[in-house]
Amino acid sequence: MRILTIVKQVPDSNATIKVKPDESGIDSAGLKLVPDPFDEFGIELAVQLREKRGDVEEIVALTVGPDKAAEALRVALAMGADKGMHLNDGAFDLTNELLLASIVAQAIKRDEAGFDLLLCGKYNIDLDSGAFGPALAEYLDIPHVGAVTGLDVSEDGKSFEARRRIEGAEEVVECGLPALLTIEKGLVEPRYPSLPNLMKAKKKPVDVLTSAELQTDESLQVATQFQSVAPPAPKPDCKFVEGEPEDMVKELVRLLREEAKVV
Amino acid sequence: MTNNILVFIEQRESKILPASFQLLALAEQLASETGGEVQACIVGQSIAGLADTSASYGAKKTYVVDGEEFAYYRASPYATALSAVIDKADPKAVLISTTFMGRDLASRVAARKKAALAIDCTQLKLEGGDLIATKTMYAGKFSATFRLSGSQLQVATVRSNVFAAKEPQSGVTATVENVAVTLGEGDGRLKVKEVVASSSGIKDVTEGDVVVSGGRSLKSEENFKILFQLAEVLDGAVGASRAACDAGYQPHTRQVGLTGKVVTPKLYIACGIDGAIQLLAGMRGSKVIVAINTKKEAPIFKVATYGCVADLFAIVPLLTEEITRLKG
Repeated sequence: MRILTIVKQVPDSNATIKVKPDESGIDSAGLKLVPDPFDEFGIELAVQLREKRGDVEEIVALTVGPDKAAEALRVALAMGADKGMHLNDGAFDLTNELLLASIVAQAIKRDEAGFDLLLCGKYNIDLDSGAFGPALAEYLDIPHVGAVTGLDVSEDGKSFEARRRIEGAEEVVECGLPALLTIEKGLVEPRYPSLPNLMKAKKKPVDVLTSAELQTDESLQVATQFQSVAPPAPKPDCKFVEGEPEDMVKELVRLLREEAKVV
Repeated sequence: MTNNILVFIEQRESKILPASFQLLALAEQLASETGGEVQACIVGQSIAGLADTSASYGAKKTYVVDGEEFAYYRASPYATALSAVIDKADPKAVLISTTFMGRDLASRVAARKKAALAIDCTQLKLEGGDLIATKTMYAGKFSATFRLSGSQLQVATVRSNVFAAKEPQSGVTATVENVAVTLGEGDGRLKVKEVVASSSGIKDVTEGDVVVSGGRSLKSEENFKILFQLAEVLDGAVGASRAACDAGYQPHTRQVGLTGKVVTPKLYIACGIDGAIQLLAGMRGSKVIVAINTKKEAPIFKVATYGCVADLFAIVPLLTEEITRLKG
């Protein structure tokens, strides 16, 4: 079995993000970037599958991004991936998930041995969208299961049973491989890459592909265009209810009924 | 391409997701600008009766794909069904709710139809023929705009409870077109074995119009009982912070936050929650936020609509009582 795990480099969720004055994007100077936490679940899952089973031949980690994104690949390699693929070209618009999926699909098709299992996060915490995984599966014409919380790969490595949570219920599906899974929190807990492993990861091979090898589909570029990012409109100040608990509750319920009209 | 706006009506077990009605209202607003009409698409098994409901909320025409292979949502067959309807209806834009199903389906259909796509929009405006979609980025901390070109099909999923649904009109009969769909070779590769309702009787945090949420200051699983009582009188769901889940007071299925679930209910009541940035990412989109906390400097009050600086153990039972009295 060969596993591909896709990882995007995103701003750390604890970092203070600043928007450029012209709102054309975020200010990346000094911004701490990390592998997307949901994508890390995918890397961890791949490594755990190899530890549990004897048939995982290779784990490849793939990222799309500038030179700096190599750091995210190195974390994946330190966690246990064997080799990296870095799609690095200014033309690869990181805000356009359909475009990214079409580029990644081309990179995957160049790999002759092919992948049985493709893994990524249920969404990335920079775009808050989650279109990438399903779109990639569509371009590769393989099934996908979104937001997986449980996984059982069959002994022969040809099929799997997955659990996913949907609104108010849990769904159990079965499916043949190859397939793509997007991972929800809770399935696995990512390991912390040790320093020796981070050093060893530097020696693992990384293939770099650019727009010389991968076409950027112009119609996708035109279709969806990122325009601007700004702090959300400021919320009106919080209205505090005062007095004894009984007074507070009476006033709160009045506001909820008469002003907000939600009760 | 027509100027029509097509709404995907989400249903499970022949029950329409209420957010679909909000989409029909939004579609009507957009269609009045494009000069087109509102159309709907329903996919499922034994769902013919739902077309009248969609008509009563404003769909001038409803495309129905009905068959046993659509009994459960599966990404690939549903994408094939919706694509077939798009081919027939040739809409300008397709609106879908931001749900587990909606995110999935919109992404596959947009990729298949080479469409423009925006996920989880909180605002959609026409500019020329283009759609300007507003959505959050960076875990809800920022608001971004994307331009969806009018030269292609536009697909957008819309956040629940941002737009209000209209009152249904009675006595409206739907104009229905049944669409026969031939599934592709690959569409049968995934099978749904079972769908198990999670913990019976209690709503999931993602489906409650009201979410009552507790933090570590609840101090025990037992103490969460008062939140469940409040949620019950408000017909809502119970959520919890990561700290409360990690402490074992509630299962992680109820966790609201960056690495938990993102919720946008009409009313979110935060009880003893300080409001770490990761938690705010999961609930700041809620329409009205009530914060009950003893610390006036807690970050939760920065996003709250109404604040109550007091002990939650004193306030919550009184709140339950007062609402019960008013509803009684």
